[in-house]
Amino acid sequence: MQPNDLDRIAQQIRLRDLQAVFEAGAGHIGGEMSAIDILTALYFRVLRIWPEQPKHPDRDRFVLSKGHVALALYVTLAKRGFIPEEEIGTFLKPHSRLNGHPNCTKVPGIETNTGPLGHGLPVAVGMAKAAKLTRAKYHTYALTGDGEMQEGSNWEAISSAAQFGLDNLTLIIDHNRFQQGAALKDTNNLAPFPAKLEAFGWDVTEINGNAMDEVVPALEKRGSRPHCIVAHTNKGHGISFMQDKVDWHHKVPNDEQYKIAVAELSEAL
Amino acid sequence: MNAVTSCAKLHDCRDAFVTVLERLSADNPRIVAVCNDSVGSSKLGGFRARWPDRLVNVGIAEQNMVGVGAGLANGGLLPFVCGAACFLTGRSLEQIKADIAYSNANVKLIGISSGMAYGELGPTHHSIEDFAWTRVLPNLPVIAPCDSVETAAAVEWAAHYDGPVFLRLSRVGVPDLLPSGHTFELGKANLLRDGDAITLVANGTVTHRILKAADLLAAEGIEARVLNMATVRPLDLDAVVAAARETGAILTAEEHSTFGGLGSAVAELVVAEAPVPMKILGVPGIFAPTGSAEFLLDEFGMSPAAIAEAAVALIARKPSRA
Repeated sequence: MQPNDLDRIAQQIRLRDLQAVFEAGAGHIGGEMSAIDILTALYFRVLRIWPEQPKHPDRDRFVLSKGHVALALYVTLAKRGFIPEEEIGTFLKPHSRLNGHPNCTKVPGIETNTGPLGHGLPVAVGMAKAAKLTRAKYHTYALTGDGEMQEGSNWEAISSAAQFGLDNLTLIIDHNRFQQGAALKDTNNLAPFPAKLEAFGWDVTEINGNAMDEVVPALEKRGSRPHCIVAHTNKGHGISFMQDKVDWHHKVPNDEQYKIAVAELSEAL
Repeated sequence: MNAVTSCAKLHDCRDAFVTVLERLSADNPRIVAVCNDSVGSSKLGGFRARWPDRLVNVGIAEQNMVGVGAGLANGGLLPFVCGAACFLTGRSLEQIKADIAYSNANVKLIGISSGMAYGELGPTHHSIEDFAWTRVLPNLPVIAPCDSVETAAAVEWAAHYDGPVFLRLSRVGVPDLLPSGHTFELGKANLLRDGDAITLVANGTVTHRILKAADLLAAEGIEARVLNMATVRPLDLDAVVAAARETGAILTAEEHSTFGGLGSAVAELVVAEAPVPMKILGVPGIFAPTGSAEFLLDEFGMSPAAIAEAAVALIARKPSRA
């Protein structure tokens, strides 16, 4: 699949995500929009996966550590054939298996349950370490938020990944510069990330995380050390009035805003 | 009824744990041990010597340790995650909840030196809250074996059980109480002595103490039922209800806080199914003073004589059958 096709799919996922947030009256739309290009590249180009065999032992692993953007992953999984597309309409409804954070015991394609931040990367380290021990060829990816990197458990995992020589592990930091309450720089500013990761023994690539021609090669890059992609993204990417506004961490558009957002995303289709 | 073997020799249950772990690991290459630098305190030196690659030591980083355990299980391995119970459960409780229990990861959590095994090191190193923290988590059996026989059986059982397990071990020596060849059954109490005046319930390092208390009571003509209740969750409903109905009073004793542990679990059932007078012995909601585990258990009223005394007082509270 070529970058242009992937861009189109990403916009379709954005549109469906927006509709679902509007219908459910909840979601984390800002961080969903920032991460959707990465999710699209992973699921439609990079990951070796078999939707009809979600537990295939050789599948590449993807861990959504920023579990609050579960909806973006659900839409992506549905579009890729893991779950029915019409099921997205059940998001957050009573007894839906699609709750606000992903559940691996119910939803095929989910590898581990996330939601509390700082959990996904340690689990991904275990997955990558297991591949080393069993000589399995799968690659493991984890996606964290930039604010999430404030959780100390991530740095425990980063240190151990280097110690274990996990060249089969890629961490993607969705660096959209905003967390729930304020900008990253006004909260506990871990940026810039690259020197910190390099100091721990990782290779680092900085990209525009909303540009498919940069996202794909970064995800496909292999080296001799664990790899961190610092993906510079825009919170609310693709919807002009949401972009880089901290309010849109988990705000829900009103009718008028929804119409504008749909129009903007549809234009790019 | 299990025959109770009387044996004065005391055993460190960690030895039974690693003996079985190594025996199983020789046949099952999927087994890996994960630890937080605790190679010595978890007695994993022998495992490391035989399978250096299969010892995943993440260093002093318990949150990462538990997460890594979940990831190893996802990759098809069978991880035994070992660490001092106080750090394993306290530091990484949210990982146990989300990564292990909620994700239903096939990970065996081995809490070493639980209770007040690190007695003199003080309350930072005591693990007298772990039953309370773990037994509220769905999907997670919570087990505290009473001796080396039950430890060996529980490790064997856990390795074959498809799902998370929390196994709470001590380092304090205990006599063997169960017969060799004993098979562990999840959620099944062991009747160590029968009686109808009262039921004494314990697990872990305290079971042999209630058994001795029952001997003291018998010398006074009081026949106490003694239940070893290794499984705190799922609790043996039948044994607890039968104890309430047939003996009319239940005393529990545990190397744990009196808040939220074995006694609380029993009381939850008793109050709902068959209310009878109860006494819960344990650490009475305080940070323990300096002392060894044995000293502190005595200090908190869990010497055999004090347990027997508490039993007599509890029996006096039984409603008279007019």
